Formats: sequence, structure tokens, C-alpha cells
Amino acid sequence: MSTGTLFDKVWDLHTTRLLSSGQTQLFIGLHLIHEVTSPQAFAMLRERGLSVPFPQRTVATVDHIVPTENQSRPYADGMAEEMMTAIERNCREFGIRLFQPGSGKQGVVHIIAPEQGLTQPGMTVACGDSHTATHGAFGAIAFGIGTSQVRDVLATQTLSMNRMKVRKVQVDGTLKSGVYAKDVILHILRVLSAKGGVGFAYEFAGSTFSAMTMEERMTVCNMAIEGGARCGYINPDETTFAYLKGREYAPSGANWDKAVAWWKSVASDADATFDDVKTFRAEDIEPTVTWGISPDHGVGVGESLPARESFAKEEWATIDEAYQYMDLKPGQPIAGVKIDVAFIGSCTNGRISDLRETARVIKAHGGIVPAHVKAFIVPGSEAVKVVAEAEGLHLIFTAHGFEWRNAGCSMCLAMNPDKLKGDQVSASSSNRNFKGRQGSPSGRTLLMSPAMVAIAALEGEVTDVRKVLN
Amino acid sequence: MSTITALSGRAVPLRGNDIDTDRIIPARFLRCVTFDGLGEFAFEDDRKQLTAVGKVHAFDEPRFKGAKILAVNSNFGCGSSREHAPQAIAKWGITAIVGVSFSEIFFGNCVAMGLPILRVSVADAETIQALIEADSLAVVAVDLEKLQVSVSGKTFSAQMPDGVRKQFLSGAWDATGELVAGAAAVQATAKKLPYVSNFA
Repeated sequence: MSTGTLFDKVWDLHTTRLLSSGQTQLFIGLHLIHEVTSPQAFAMLRERGLSVPFPQRTVATVDHIVPTENQSRPYADGMAEEMMTAIERNCREFGIRLFQPGSGKQGVVHIIAPEQGLTQPGMTVACGDSHTATHGAFGAIAFGIGTSQVRDVLATQTLSMNRMKVRKVQVDGTLKSGVYAKDVILHILRVLSAKGGVGFAYEFAGSTFSAMTMEERMTVCNMAIEGGARCGYINPDETTFAYLKGREYAPSGANWDKAVAWWKSVASDADATFDDVKTFRAEDIEPTVTWGISPDHGVGVGESLPARESFAKEEWATIDEAYQYMDLKPGQPIAGVKIDVAFIGSCTNGRISDLRETARVIKAHGGIVPAHVKAFIVPGSEAVKVVAEAEGLHLIFTAHGFEWRNAGCSMCLAMNPDKLKGDQVSASSSNRNFKGRQGSPSGRTLLMSPAMVAIAALEGEVTDVRKVLN
Repeated sequence: MSTITALSGRAVPLRGNDIDTDRIIPARFLRCVTFDGLGEFAFEDDRKQLTAVGKVHAFDEPRFKGAKILAVNSNFGCGSSREHAPQAIAKWGITAIVGVSFSEIFFGNCVAMGLPILRVSVADAETIQALIEADSLAVVAVDLEKLQVSVSGKTFSAQMPDGVRKQFLSGAWDATGELVAGAAAVQATAKKLPYVSNFA
């Protein structure tokens, strides 16, 4: 069993008591909710006559079904309107803060909570959304839950949980030019597999992560779940504290120093022990692109697609299925694969630094998105949109043929009107390349960094971004 | 609280690793405010795609209609946390799931719904699937007390974390009641956490 890790400390601090089953009743410091996975939870509260004892510890926003073009109410999609109405009523009735479109604070739930200073080191964070792992970038233990568990958090501010094991995922060294946080996590997934992390929390450690900005760390932790790890975290440091200082819901004044001292105390000890350790070298990581139907189906942009024999035999059926679905062949280079749609956004890569880098690649390339490619950029939040527009990024995007939208989850999971059609191929800065994920049952997704999506959009095919950056 | 100790019935085998929750219930069916009616859309896109090429998804095979036990392979239910996925499977008629491994969030959702979910070895999962395919009328029995799965005269040992098993056997799989009963302890924990008062 791990000892002295941030996970152990935070788990123990939030342990309320042991339940009759032997599981832990774990206190949840920050509960985030959105319109898709919460309405049934509120219905269950009403059925059972339960109240919400800590309404100030739950924060709501709307992101999954929000249209990114016309946001005037009522929405054209009647069911989307009904879901909006439900969360408005539920928040009003139970006294929960709701960040609505137009408030300046709305956006993808995993973008707005850090942005507002709600996510802090040493907290437990839960949300009815698997990408809750994102908040681990702050040194929080953050994980996704289902709707019945959303009910439990609303009704008690706690969950019945089994303790996880802790694996240190250590990456040291300096990333090469054109290699981003997204490539780091896609590379880790490729090596450790989509199920290698089941039962573990991942502690991302080493000089590569220490050198990352908070936004880069969020990209890494966001996709821990794609490796099977329900949560992933990075120990808080000066980068974390500098990001939090001055944000609306972060501590301030005389309380700031007390907070920093406590945040430092929850970081993993120098002599912490782990259940498992895996090490990587930053220099080995290339711009990475997925070719298959699972986020661990990645290759370096200079590589050819792998033979099924390079995988364990029990994976062969999945690999064959992936090739058939994607209409790609082992041995063909990933570079040059044609795309139809380019999507930049999502809780993985919809932050301001992602948009700045996208603009830099577009300017370095200088071209315009060809007519047969649909390219669009969705800021992760209203606040990201305001900053991007103040910097004139949107003018660069639109001058080069990219559409510029309003904040939401958009085509990451295509619950709003943004969807692939037929068997279109999408270059996407999102997190999942599952069959049908982007809204068409036969649509195909290639995951990559926003910079790689930008150049794929401009070239109409998968292209090494270093072609314009170096 | 309803205790769950054993379940049995005909079964449906669903082969494949890494079957994610987008495949179990595509996101367009999440546009809803209740879980009612999700059962008929379980595996909707996989089913249609197989039908289009002249094949049949296990959930469409007449011989597996009315199945109560679902037999799967590795990393079943990976991806999105949507409880709509196990809800759709349950509303289709499934009362227990047996497989090699599951995503943790999917597993937790099944427990919270009172849907037993047990692990067996890679080889045993394939044998169980083959036995069901050979005799679709065979009754699969899942026993949480003995941690066993049996079918066609053969018995396989199964795994379930001890705490979860106790939850099913005692009826505490619906944790809300016991969590609510701990309200005083929860208040005490909150008082100890400095961020709850914003470090004042």
C-alpha cells in the first residue's frame, strides 16, 4: 500500500468513517454538476424526500448540450431546452450556484472551476463526468461519478468509496519543440494502455510536469481516465499557487498564506512509497496521433500504423475491428491521412494557451482551410472567449477559414448540434476516439494536440506541425 | 434495503474488449431527464451497423431475448461516467454482469444501482460465453455468497471486492441511507478541513 503520497494524505483527511461494508465514507470538498448527469439525481432526492446539507459546496454549469452558434432561448432543440430548464429549477430549489450562459462564468465544467479558483490543492472533487480527473492538476483527488452517486453527494456531501492504489508515472527531461502536454498523455496511454490504470490513482511526477503550466497539467490529468485511472494528480507547487492567486473563489488576504502552507503540507513526502512506478523520458515523445478506436491507439506522426502482431494476442480482435472501422491499414503512414473536419476545443484542450498556440501555428503556416474541410474552434469557457477576442485571436482564426464559436463541450461528444456526418474523418483536440463519439455512428476521430489539428485543417491531412514551427 | 445474494437466468454473451459507454448508449440518448425508455437503445449503433452488413448483434438475436445475465470480456464500460449505460443495460432486462474487468466508474454505477457485477478470469469469461452460445437456454447462476458463476454443469470462481460484496449481501448497495445516518461525522470532518471555511 502507498504511504505518504498526496493521495494518502487527502484520502485520510476526507475520511469521515468506515461503513458497515468496510468502505470509506469520503467527504467531497467540491461537487460540480452539469445538465446531463444531474436531473435524475435531483428526481431521486425528491422521491426520497432528501435535502442538500452543503449547497455551497456544489457548483453547477451547463456545457454538454449548449449550442455553440445560436444560444438564444428557448433552444431550437426542445429536449436541450427541457434539460436547461431542469437544471435551472433544481439549482433554484436546492440553493445551488449556477453559472449560466451570459454570466461570464459559464463553460465546460472542468475549465470553469479552475478558472474561478474553485478547484484547490488538497480537496476531493467529484462530478458526474469522467473527465473530473482534470482537477487533479492542482493536487486535488478528483474523479468522475455516476448519477446515483451525484444523488449521494447532494444528499450527504459524501460517497461510499474503495481506496485506490497509487502509481507514480514519472516523466523527466525537456519536451522537443512541437511536442505538447497532449502528446505526453497520448504517449503514456499508448505505453500503459487504456486499461492499465484500472484500480490506480496516477501521480504524474518528474521534471517534465514540474516545468508545465497549470493549463498543460490539466491536459495531462484530464486524460488519466482514458488510461483506466479514475484520478490523476500533480503535486501542488509555486506554479499552482501563482495560478490560483487572485482568482475569485481562491482564498485571499490574511488567509492566503495559511492556505499556501496547508497546500504544501498535502504534497507527497520525499520518502513517499507507491504501489507501482513507471518512468518515461520526455525526449522519446513525438507529436502523437491516434489511428484507432481507443485513446491508447496512438503513433508518432512520423510512424506507420502498427501490425496487429505488435499487440498482445487478446487485443487482436479489437485491433482488427479498429482498422476496419477507421478504414486504415497496418503499415500505412499516419501522416497524409485525409481529414474532413477539424475541431479545436473541449475540457482537454479548450483553454487560452491552446488557442494561442493554435493561432501561432496558423500564422506560421499562413494558408487558408481548404473548402472541403470544415474547421471550427470552440473556446472552453466564456472567460476564455473574452481573453481570446481581446488578443485578436478570433480574427486570425476567421481570416484563415476557421469558424469561431461560443463556449461548450461541442463536438467532443456531439450532444449539441455540432456533429460529424456519415463516415467523415475528424482531426480533434478532444479526448475520445470511440466509435460514433463525435455524433455520427460511423464518424471517425483522430486525436492530437490543438497545434496538430490546426495544421491538419490547413493541409487537409495529418501533417507534422514541426514543418512550420522549426 | 433489499439484499442481493444470488441471481440466475438465461444469458447473453457479448464479445469484445474495451466496449465503451458511448457504444453502450450513444450520447444522443443522453438528451433526457429520466432513465426511462433507455433499454431499447442499448448498443443502438453497434446493432444497426451489424444489421447493415448482414450480421446480428447478440442483443438482437432472438435466442438471447429475455436474458438476465450479461457475459462480457475486458475493460467493459470504459469511457464516459454516464450511468445511462448500466441503466440502459438493466432496463433491457439484465440483472447481473460477468466479465474479465470493468472500468471503475461503470463498476461503481452498477453497484449503486444494485446490479451485481463480477470478475472472472480471461479464459473463464471465454468459456462462459462459449457455453451460452452452445446452449442459449442454459441457465447461468451467479452466487454472491460463494462467489461463483455456474452454467451447464460447470462452476467458475468469481471475484468482487469484499466491501462491495458485503454491500450486496446486506442490502447496503444503496448507500444513501447509511451515508445520511453519518451526518454528524460528516459535519465533524467538514470542520477539520481548513478550505471549508476558506482558511478563515
